[in-house]
Amino acid sequence: MSAVAIRDAYDVAVVGAGPAGLAAATVCAKAGLSTVLLDEQASAGGQIYRAITETPVREKPVLGESYWRGAALVEAFRSSGAEHVAGATVWSLTREREIGVSVGGGAQLTGARRVILCTGALERPFPIPGWTLPGVMTAGAAQILLKSAGLVASGRTVLAGCGPLLWLLAWQYLNAGANIDAILDTTAEENRTRALPHVPRFLLSGYFLEGLKLVRAVKREVRVISGVTALRAIGDTGVRSVAFRRHGDVEETRLADTLLLHQGVAPNVNLALSAGVEHRWDESQLCWAPVLDDEGNSSVEGIAVAGDGAGIAGAQAAEWRGRLAAIAAARALGFSVPAVEEARARRELKRCLRGRAFLDTLYRPAKSFRQPSGDTIVCRCEEVTARQITDTVALGCPGPNQMKAFLRCGMGLCQGRLCGLTVTELIAEGRGVPPQQVGYYRLRPPVKPITVAELAALPKTEAAVKAVVRI
Amino acid sequence: MFQRLPLEPSGSTVGISIDGRRVEARAGDTVAAAMLAAGVVRCRTTPVSGAPRAPYCMMGVCFDCLVTIDGVGSRQGCLVRVREGMRIEMQQGARELGK
Ligand code: FES
Repeated sequence: MSAVAIRDAYDVAVVGAGPAGLAAATVCAKAGLSTVLLDEQASAGGQIYRAITETPVREKPVLGESYWRGAALVEAFRSSGAEHVAGATVWSLTREREIGVSVGGGAQLTGARRVILCTGALERPFPIPGWTLPGVMTAGAAQILLKSAGLVASGRTVLAGCGPLLWLLAWQYLNAGANIDAILDTTAEENRTRALPHVPRFLLSGYFLEGLKLVRAVKREVRVISGVTALRAIGDTGVRSVAFRRHGDVEETRLADTLLLHQGVAPNVNLALSAGVEHRWDESQLCWAPVLDDEGNSSVEGIAVAGDGAGIAGAQAAEWRGRLAAIAAARALGFSVPAVEEARARRELKRCLRGRAFLDTLYRPAKSFRQPSGDTIVCRCEEVTARQITDTVALGCPGPNQMKAFLRCGMGLCQGRLCGLTVTELIAEGRGVPPQQVGYYRLRPPVKPITVAELAALPKTEAAVKAVVRI
Repeated sequence: MFQRLPLEPSGSTVGISIDGRRVEARAGDTVAAAMLAAGVVRCRTTPVSGAPRAPYCMMGVCFDCLVTIDGVGSRQGCLVRVREGMRIEMQQGARELGK
């Protein structure tokens, strides 16, 4: 079954239609390369510009200028000549750049001389007691519902955590006339002092005024409780209330029908890891990031990574990194791109990165929210608790892969996306070694579950033979 | 609980069923969004403890939105768009045999 005609081979395949992917595919196609953009969502934009061409939220000020910037990007992409395959889940990528992709329930294989991975970011796990209850979701999820469906939480809504997205969502909710009961701010007090030396560069980044305006607007209208050091979602079949504590204070409780959590984002590394791209632990962003040269080339010949998947830097930086990776790919294949374009991309990228150290330091999530304890669920799929993990470390379990064998943790459908960072950190803490030494889950294709029937319908390749089945 | 912002009047709808209940969904919505809009508070129960779950990430990574769509189990509701006549059922535990 082949729902969409995907060719057997392209010059360049770009995975992910967010800012990096759109920009990269546009540059490649314009340079004359046969280019395909594979994306899981039904329409282009990625998460940051989600539903940009079709959002039912027509009043532009609701989502704000930073959102609508995406429209021009999609526009340029559409006139570039690149092929767009929407609803396409890429489930495997080999070192030889063979790509396994599933569209509308039909698996296909394609290949490219160059691959640019623009798989973006995921929200960092926020393992608190009760985070699996219906009614608890990520702030990003709420934002997607707003952008793509014009839906906002009704009833008592509490936001909790830290990071730019939390404030942006609060601001968009207020613009939309939605109600927010309270924001429980978990930004660690010491972060504010630590971030001070980075203020001057942040002031030059262009994000400063925008950010300040937004936070102020939210604080004027919503009760913000800062210095929160512990959080619990309480409920039986769904969240009913949220309990929180500030430093040594007694625990307070607020009723909540919806609890929206957020503590930053981390690179979505699964596909790159499964292709064998070398990654290192980034201590300033507390996540795994691919090892790349200044053009985005990875340790695997012909595979580059751009956008937030290359390290968190935001939508604008993603765009410029996408262009740089595309320029490098075009040149490697013997196509020319004017040198001024490259110079401009480097200049703009540098400008976008100026504010990063400030944001990374200020919004570094507190240890207590990254390394849970007791009965708090860490692996949502297999319902493995923090205590089970720390106990297993105490028994001598050295890393995530062994942990998987002992506890099935990371073995579920999400393939570690919601627990991987937590597990690495818990093991590192328990063993008293840096996360780099602990490592991450070994990931193999398919990196997204597909059915046996889909695989069986494929021409037999090594990837297909090795592949496993979804439960 | 989620509610719809006042939308453009031209927005069209499609008829779907959720666990046998007929619901008008906004054309273009994902299954997960349509369920939340219809006041459905959970999509599935977990295979391990039977605990209820609902969409958590809305971007295809958490798999908490798994539902049975037109008889096919373990579909990610947040990645599939509603279609006229679509039958959506809550999923109990692991994907049932034959689905
Ligand atoms: S809500 Fe997370 S995968 Fe659908």
